[in-house]
Amino acid sequence: MAFKKPSPLPGFGLSLGYTVFYLSLIVLIPLGALFLRVVTHMGWVEFWKLATTHRALMSYRLTFGASLVAALVNSVFGTLLAWVLTRYQFPGRRLLDALVDFPFALPTAVAGLTLADLFSKNGWLGRFLVPAGIHVAYASLGIIVALTFIGIPFIVRTLQPVLENLEREVEEAAATLGAGRLRTFCSVIVPTLFPALLTGFALSFARAIGEYGSVVFIAGNKPNESEITPLLIFLRLEEYDYTGAMAIAVVMLLFSFTLLIGINLLERWASRFQN
Amino acid sequence: MSIELRQVSKQFGDVRAVEDVSFTVQEGELVALLGPSGGGKTTVLRMIAGLETPTGGDLFIRGQRVNDVSVQQRNIGFVFQGYALFKTMTVHENIAFGLKIKKWKRADIAARVQELLKLFGLDGLGSRYPHQLSGGQRQRVAIARALAPKPSVLLLDEPFGAVDAKIRQELREWLVRLHHDLNVTTIFVTHDQEEALEVSNRIVIFSRGRLEQIGTPREVYEKPSNEFVARFIGVLNVLELKVQDGQSRLGELSFPAHGVPEGNTLRIGFRPYAVQISANLGEYRYRGTLKHIFFLGVLLRLELETPSGLTLRARIIKEEFNRLGISEGDEISFQIREYRVLSREGDALTQETSVAQLVSLAEGI
Ligand SMILES: Nc1ncnc2c1ncn2[C@@H]1O[C@H](COP(=O)(O)OP(=O)(O)O)[C@@H](O)[C@H]1O
Ligand SMILES: [Mg+2]
Repeated sequence: MAFKKPSPLPGFGLSLGYTVFYLSLIVLIPLGALFLRVVTHMGWVEFWKLATTHRALMSYRLTFGASLVAALVNSVFGTLLAWVLTRYQFPGRRLLDALVDFPFALPTAVAGLTLADLFSKNGWLGRFLVPAGIHVAYASLGIIVALTFIGIPFIVRTLQPVLENLEREVEEAAATLGAGRLRTFCSVIVPTLFPALLTGFALSFARAIGEYGSVVFIAGNKPNESEITPLLIFLRLEEYDYTGAMAIAVVMLLFSFTLLIGINLLERWASRFQN
Repeated sequence: MSIELRQVSKQFGDVRAVEDVSFTVQEGELVALLGPSGGGKTTVLRMIAGLETPTGGDLFIRGQRVNDVSVQQRNIGFVFQGYALFKTMTVHENIAFGLKIKKWKRADIAARVQELLKLFGLDGLGSRYPHQLSGGQRQRVAIARALAPKPSVLLLDEPFGAVDAKIRQELREWLVRLHHDLNVTTIFVTHDQEEALEVSNRIVIFSRGRLEQIGTPREVYEKPSNEFVARFIGVLNVLELKVQDGQSRLGELSFPAHGVPEGNTLRIGFRPYAVQISANLGEYRYRGTLKHIFFLGVLLRLELETPSGLTLRARIIKEEFNRLGISEGDEISFQIREYRVLSREGDALTQETSVAQLVSLAEGI
């Protein structure tokens, strides 16, 4: 394997060694250990049985489905928010900009509680939505709302620097060639943003898959219906069913890993125009 | 007529970027907008393209008033100073962009792009992305992209600014050839007078948002309409002389007083090539010491110092220099063959005044 252009700065060997060591310590070793335990404590047949119970399958579907929807929603509205924050000057822009980080800073349990309260039968929003038949709190819709809330900063913060660096002249060049605003946006701006958008999407998606705190407060947590995978793992552990928990955890691990690799490849393709 | 500006002005807040500018560019001309940085050149170009709206005056393209015509509708090719290529698109896609918008047929687009790639020496680079090109190649892609939809006018903002000296020379010659071949009305912006003189049919000189002069390279060089133009186009020696006993004097130099009253001052300008030098101390009127010799290739720039401490710039060709056999530190004699009165004290002559008010006794400068 050939290394890509090592930097002319000295210390490449040292920093590479350090990086590998550190990554091993905090990422690879725990993950490897998890895998090893599956191999040593249960056979693959047992693993398959534990990992594919109906309840587990339903939780995977919910977790990954809701996370996907949340990440997609964020991709659209996060882009819009980032666009407004970088392109327009208006009173309160700085405050709005600061508020974007709020979901980062807020303990997730607080977020969950707040949202659950907001959408409950007597909450500010719930009192209008529930009579209309829209159940957010204690339903799978609530999970999507919570995951959207915690994921929005990832999209906004990854897009902002790219939007700030967009050259105005490039848009003007498109205009002199006859392109209207919409055309310029679709064929010039969006492709430029796409790699960053994918990164933001991946971060938001990954964050949503792993989210626990805010979801359990709003989800209702009914088995097979509104029970997310992280919660199921937790419940298995409470029942002292370590192998059951482990089997589900490994599935989560593989899923997330594959997804991230897939998105990474897509990102590479999308940024083929960069060096 | 192809492009006409009638008393066009542009104000950005308090900044008057362009003031009351009128000029006409004929169909098929290659015109330079020349002036110091911040003079309003880019703003004029952007107004012609429709990227800025004039705050005053009218703009005509082919006789049609275009003040209210959008950028998209003006059919103008614009080459930005930083090229502004679409970095997510290949060279081919960049050039094809304008054609797709104009809904050309697929086969016609492919043919047009191939034609331009060939014309611009970009064969085989069609599938590259802008970041995989050299500066010169990027610029050619930018020009090809602008020309692809066959615009009625090509506008270039400092097209030679960002490339190194050697390539710049090639690009100049290339632009002249290109213009000759395509014959599209072209306006380019530059702050380099040499570039403007070499490349253009006519030069429009700007300073601080105002038009100073418009004319052929020869006209602006030989008959600058004011001191600003004279100084900006080529090198000018400027002397301020006191009038005494019917003569104006500075150190040992003296010129006729040109009707300036006793005790007042007179400003005189002359080009370096108007200084004639001889190694024979008796040959010319004035004495001087050769302080510095700068080799500029076929030309040499000389710095002379008179006994009273005046420094003058002179320019001679290499053959003449070799014949004289002079070197730094030598005593020489010199005379000033042609000069021009720039202004007289009491006249309200400023840098902005027109040529008609200037007194010129010598032919040209
Ligand atoms: N968009 C703008 N907003 C405010 N001032 C501007 C803008 N564009 C140009 N100017 C000002 O107008 C003047 C002329 O600028 P410009 O046309 O770029 O000059 P040049 O191209 O000759 O260097 C400068 O003082 C510049 O600061
Ligand atoms: Mg400029």
